[in-house]
Amino acid sequence: MAFRKLSLGLAVATLVGGTALPAVAQDSIYVPLFTYRTGPFAGSGTHIADGMHDYLQMLNQRDGGIGGVKLVLEECETGYDTKKGVECYEAVKGKNPVIVNPWSTGITLPLIPRAAVDKIPILSMAYGLSASARGDIFPWVFNPPSTYWDGLSMIVKYIGEKEGGLDKLKGKKIGFLHLDASFGKEPIPLLEELSKSIGFEVKLYPIAAQDMQNQSSQWLNARRDRPDYMIMWGWGSMNGAAIKEAVRSGYPMDKFYSVWWPGEDDARSGGAGAKGFKMLNWHAVGTNFPALQDIVKNVVDKGMSKASKDKVGELLYNRGVYNSLLIAEGIATAQKLTGKKAVTGEDVRRGMENIKLDPARLKELGLEGFTEQLVLSCSDHNGHRAAFMQEWDGTKWVKISDPIEPMTDRVRAQLEAAAKDYAEKNAGWPKRTEACDKAS
Amino acid sequence: MDILYKIFVEPFLFMVEAPDLLIQTLWEGLVSGVLYALIALGFVLIFKASGVFNFAQGIMVVFSALILVGLYEKGVPAFLALLLAIGAMLVLAVAVERVVLRPLVNQPDIILFMATFGLTYFLIGLGELIFGGNPKEMITSALFLPQGTTELEMFGGLVRFQHLDIAAAVIASIMIGVLAVFFSKTRIGRALRAVADSHKAALSVGISLNQIWVIVWFAAGIVALVAGIMWGARSGVSFSLQIIALKALPVLILGGFTSIPGAIIGGLIIGVGEKLGEFYWGPLVGGGIETWLAYVIALLFLLYRPQGLFGEKIIERI
Repeated sequence: MAFRKLSLGLAVATLVGGTALPAVAQDSIYVPLFTYRTGPFAGSGTHIADGMHDYLQMLNQRDGGIGGVKLVLEECETGYDTKKGVECYEAVKGKNPVIVNPWSTGITLPLIPRAAVDKIPILSMAYGLSASARGDIFPWVFNPPSTYWDGLSMIVKYIGEKEGGLDKLKGKKIGFLHLDASFGKEPIPLLEELSKSIGFEVKLYPIAAQDMQNQSSQWLNARRDRPDYMIMWGWGSMNGAAIKEAVRSGYPMDKFYSVWWPGEDDARSGGAGAKGFKMLNWHAVGTNFPALQDIVKNVVDKGMSKASKDKVGELLYNRGVYNSLLIAEGIATAQKLTGKKAVTGEDVRRGMENIKLDPARLKELGLEGFTEQLVLSCSDHNGHRAAFMQEWDGTKWVKISDPIEPMTDRVRAQLEAAAKDYAEKNAGWPKRTEACDKAS
Repeated sequence: MDILYKIFVEPFLFMVEAPDLLIQTLWEGLVSGVLYALIALGFVLIFKASGVFNFAQGIMVVFSALILVGLYEKGVPAFLALLLAIGAMLVLAVAVERVVLRPLVNQPDIILFMATFGLTYFLIGLGELIFGGNPKEMITSALFLPQGTTELEMFGGLVRFQHLDIAAAVIASIMIGVLAVFFSKTRIGRALRAVADSHKAALSVGISLNQIWVIVWFAAGIVALVAGIMWGARSGVSFSLQIIALKALPVLILGGFTSIPGAIIGGLIIGVGEKLGEFYWGPLVGGGIETWLAYVIALLFLLYRPQGLFGEKIIERI
C-alpha cells in the first residue's frame, strides 16, 4: 500500500514538475534550443548545440543576460526527426519563446506556416527554405547569412573561376552527392537551372539516411561517371563517411567541395587522404576572440558546458556560437526598438529585421574579425552574404579564398519565383501585414 | 523499346565494355555481403536457440564497438580493450538471460520480440549516456588491421582492393567457419541444435536452456563486435550503424532464419545483388535503389522458396 502511494506521489510530482519546468518568469526571456545530441546526426548536432548553448549561457553569466534580463534556456532533443521537432515546437510554444531554431530543414518546413499564426519567429540559419529569404512573403522566417542557393552558386562560381571562367564549365560533369531528404534536395532546382544555362552536366548521387555509412555504391557510380567535380550536401555521419569513401575510391580530393556543414571530425576521419577537401564557410574557427575567451572563462571552466575544452572553437561549435549571436542580437535590437526589457516573439521578429552586425558592433561584442558584416531588413531576411572557401590541410582548416559573392543575378529570379510559387501553392497564404520599421 | 534496351541490353554491354568496373562492383558487393552475413549470423544464432528475432542485434554491433573505442580513448591498451569489450558482451548475455529471457520464458514469441525492442532502446540510451552521441573512429591501426590499397591493372582499367576490406572478408570468413564448426562439432553445438529443435525435448535430456541462451547471446555479441570493428573501420562508429544492421533482414528472408550457411549465402547474394543493381540499373531511376532492392531480391526468392534458401521446411499436421 505504502509502495502504491509512493508511486502515485512520484507520478503526480513528475507530471506537475514536468509541465511546470522551466519556470519562465515575467522578467526573463525564454529561448528554446532545438538540438540533437543523439541519433545518426549527433556527430554534427552536438557541437552546434554546445556552441549555441554556451554563448547564451556566457551572456547570462557575464552580463546577467541581455539588457539585464536573464535568458531561460531549454534544450529540446529532436534527434533531427521532423516529427519530434514539431512535437518540440508544440511543447515550447505555450511558454512564449522569443524565437525558435529548428536546426533541420525538414523541421523548418512544417513550422513556416505556423510561425505567423503563433507569432514566433523562426531562425533557420543558412538552412531551410531558400525562398524564405523574402521578408515580404515570409515575415516570420529568417535564414541569414546565405541561402543554400547562394551557397551552391558560390561553389559553382569558385570552380568556374578555377577553370578560367564560368563558360569553361560547359561540357564538364558535376556530381552532386546529397542526403536524400528535404535538406539535401533543396539546391537541386538551382543546380539544374545552372546546368542548363552554363552547359555542364549534373549527376545526382542521393544517399538515404539509412545508408549514410554505406556509400560504396555512390562512389562506384562516381567512378563510372567520372565527374570533374563533386559537390556534397551532407549532414551528420554522412559527411565523414563520404570523405572516407572518396579517399578509398581514389577520387581527387582537390575536386571535392562541400556546402558549409562538415566539421573537423568529418575531415579527420578521412586520414591523410582527406587533405585538399574544400568547403564553404563564413566565420572563423578557433577561440582567439574575446567573446570565445569569455565562454571558456565563464561557462566551460565553470563546468556549465557539455563541450570538452578542446572542442570549443572548432568549426561546428563556432557555427553554434554564430547562431546564438544572431538570437542575442535579435533580442538586443528588439529591446532597443521597443524600449521593453522582457521582449516577446513579435518584438524579436522586428529585432531580427533590424539586425546590423557591422565591424564596429562585432568589435563591441568581442567578435572582431569573426565574420563578415550582416545587415537584415524588412524585405531581406537573409543578407545573401559572401562565404569563403577553406581547405583541409590534414590537421586544420585553411582559408584559401577571398569572400565569394553569390551569383545573385542567377539566383534572384529563381528565388523570387520559388517564393511566389510557395505562396500560391499554400492557399490562403497571408499577405504581410506586419509594419516595417523605418530603419529596415 | 528504348527503355527495354536500357534495362536488358545496355547494362550487359557496359559490363563487357568495362570489365574492370564489373570486377570492382562485384568485389564491393562481396565485401558488403560478408559483413551483412556476419550481422545476419548474430540474428540466426539467437533465433535458432530461442526462436526470438533479436531486434537488438544492430545496436549490439554499435554498443560493442563503442565499448572498444571508448575504453581505448580512456587509455586502455587496444587488445586489453578488445578483451574487456568481449567481457562486456558476456555480461550483457548473462544480464539478458536473467532479466529478459528467464522471466519471459513460455511467453509467446511476439512478447520476446517486443522485449528485444525494449533492449534496443535501452542499449541506445545507455550507449549515448556513457559514450555520447558523437561518431568515433575505429582504432584500426592499434588493432593492427591493415590499411592502404592495392591497385591491380585488369582489362585495361584499375581495380582497387582496400587491404581493410580484404582483412574484413578474411576475418569474417574465419569467424563464420569457426562458429559453424563450433555449433556442428562440439557438445555445446549439439545442445544448441537440440534446443533449436525442441525446448521441451532438450530440457528432458538435461540440457540447460538458460546456459544455452547465455552462450548464444554471448556468441552473437562477439559476432556483433567483429561486425562493429569491420564496419566501424570502413565508415566510423556511430549510432547510424545500427540501421545498416537492418540490411540483415533481407539476408535472413533469403537465407532462412535458422541456417548458418543461409546467412552466408544470403549475405553474399544481397551484397552483390544490391551493388550490381545500383551500379548498372540505378541510373535509370535516378539512383538510390540500393535501399529497397535488397528486399525485392529477397521477395523474389521467397516466391520460389518461402522458407528461404536453407530454411527448414515447415510441415504442420492439420
